[in-house]
Amino acid sequence: MSVAGAGQVFLSLLFELRAAGVPVSTQGWLAFLDALGKGAHGASLDGLYHVARCVLIQSESQYDVFDQVFGHVFKDVPYDRKALLDDIEGWLRDPRPSMSLDPSIRAMLEELGIDELRRQFEERLAEQKERHDGGSKWIGTGGTSPFGTGGAHPSGVRLGGGGGRSALAVADARRYRAFRKDRVLDTRQMAAALRRLRRLTRKGHDEELDLDSTVRETARNCGDLEIVMRPPRKNDVRLVLLLDVGGSMDPHAQLVSRLFSAAHRGGGFRELRSYYFHNCVYGKVYEDAQFERPVPVQELFRELDQNWYLVMVGDAWMHPGELTMTSGSFWAPSRGPSGLGWLAKLADRFPHSGWLNPEPDRFWDAPSIHAIRALFRMFPLSLAGLDDLVRELPNAPRPEQRHLVHEVLREAS
Amino acid sequence: MEGKFEGTGDYIASKALRSAVDVAVAIQRPLLVKGEPGTGKTLLAEAVAASMKAPLIRWQVRSTTRAVEGLYHYDTVRRLHDSRFGDREVTDIAAYIDLGSLGRAFEAQERHVVLIDEIDKADLEFPNDLLHELDVMSFTIPETGRVVAARHRPVVIITSNNEKELPDAFLRRCVFHWIDFPDRELMSDIVQVHHPDIERELLAGALEAFYRLRSTAGLRKPPSTSELVDWISALRHSGIPAEQLLGAKLPFLGTLLKKEQDLAAIEGEGRRRG
Repeated sequence: MSVAGAGQVFLSLLFELRAAGVPVSTQGWLAFLDALGKGAHGASLDGLYHVARCVLIQSESQYDVFDQVFGHVFKDVPYDRKALLDDIEGWLRDPRPSMSLDPSIRAMLEELGIDELRRQFEERLAEQKERHDGGSKWIGTGGTSPFGTGGAHPSGVRLGGGGGRSALAVADARRYRAFRKDRVLDTRQMAAALRRLRRLTRKGHDEELDLDSTVRETARNCGDLEIVMRPPRKNDVRLVLLLDVGGSMDPHAQLVSRLFSAAHRGGGFRELRSYYFHNCVYGKVYEDAQFERPVPVQELFRELDQNWYLVMVGDAWMHPGELTMTSGSFWAPSRGPSGLGWLAKLADRFPHSGWLNPEPDRFWDAPSIHAIRALFRMFPLSLAGLDDLVRELPNAPRPEQRHLVHEVLREAS
Repeated sequence: MEGKFEGTGDYIASKALRSAVDVAVAIQRPLLVKGEPGTGKTLLAEAVAASMKAPLIRWQVRSTTRAVEGLYHYDTVRRLHDSRFGDREVTDIAAYIDLGSLGRAFEAQERHVVLIDEIDKADLEFPNDLLHELDVMSFTIPETGRVVAARHRPVVIITSNNEKELPDAFLRRCVFHWIDFPDRELMSDIVQVHHPDIERELLAGALEAFYRLRSTAGLRKPPSTSELVDWISALRHSGIPAEQLLGAKLPFLGTLLKKEQDLAAIEGEGRRRG
């Protein structure tokens, strides 16, 4: 293989990482070349894997994608890997190593089209999964391919520090799948996401020495000490959680309870209230999940002003009739607003509101979900969804949405 | 490339971690280490310093820490006090300026290892405020106009518990490593560092029970390395035989599980099974 060959392989690593959504920057790429140039990979594919991962990847949530891309890129490398590793040296010694990458990256990306690259990548991924399940072609340990540990291929290069698994086997194992960001994660990570909702303000009693002002005032006072105090910075966000429990929400109970404890323990909100409802809100919510202590929604409206953030948590999955019903019971006399009407009232009262839905978003075309999405900005109950919610909540809803809310309110009244 | 990091007698590092340390030293970028609590993120800095025979400066970050504190501190209150009550000369501002952790490492005559511990505790803007200083390894003290530039670029190790996400611009400048929870093999080595003369059966039984416990779904705080080491101390101290670890009810469960809910859940399960 030629020197250009090694360059080619590395470029395909870069392109495939980018195509898979890993934001490898030019700076990161140059750092990678720098590390290779200093011999950090120790002339082994295993070393190369570690060097590439620690320089190109900046979050454990991308380890899984990296493993897949790395496995894919180096699987296709011609078998004589000793030659490839030698090529790296040659390629790096080339007087124009790090250089012109930038224009060529751009040129190649334009030529291929990122979308096309992504499509191909996804196709191959799908294929790769099947092969892996079959277990005959994908590179593993102890085989005759030059990629494994303890392998018997004549031109094979020692991988790993004796007994360790080969880079490709490690890559193949997908041990970092659990860190993927699109998956639901634990309480701590939810709390970390929620914490970004904070809005720091100085309110309350003067408890903290304001040093800068003290110095300024003292100077103005001809050097006689003039102490200036100020209130400490505190999170000013108040959040109300409305949680759907029971029925179709049962499978999601654990997830919702994690969110709940994350908000309570880690959120650090100025005030946090949570109430429960079943299926849809009909005039009342409950302080407890056993529905024994009802609180009229009107009372919430009285106590909480429009600066409160409202987060609804539920699958929004119900019979369309349940949205038009006026209470949770078929027997109750039909007066007052419907379920949808109550939701519209909530959305109207709390402009900073959002809906977290534990159902995968491919189900969001169901009629009831569709109707509710007209009123609330809806996000999947995953770490990525929570991130989006946290980003969106401080903003006012889009005018179209306000318009829809008002329309429902008019119909309901 | 200079000497490789191999871990130390007391600190066992995985291949990936050793490689990340080597890369960070070679390309002179900060090493950002994340991982579950109790995976030895902080100890890593001590081990790197020991293996490089370089002094370690530790900068413990808190929620109120500001970036400039790592560079220098201008003690205005002291100066104010002296101007009013003291008999010291207060016109020399330099006398009231102390260098912070990074500042001291920059000015030192030999290369230092600087640990910026738990960077995620600080305000969201904190890492951004350090970007430039970590890049060029120098800063200016505006009060005196003095420039503090690194004589020897320190090896910077940063730990994060993932409480806050770090800004992209900051991440791009770091070599990143996620410390995996140790697998059995590595864990067995780690335990033997703390208990060099542990009986083979007890070690095997304890590891078996430990990983079985960790794999229990829904634990709020799965036990980590330090809890395992403590637990084994307790087991050995009271002479509990290895066979007892295979049963449903584990002795000294409270050493492993710190959350009441976890304890209740596991004990409840033990009763059902036993």
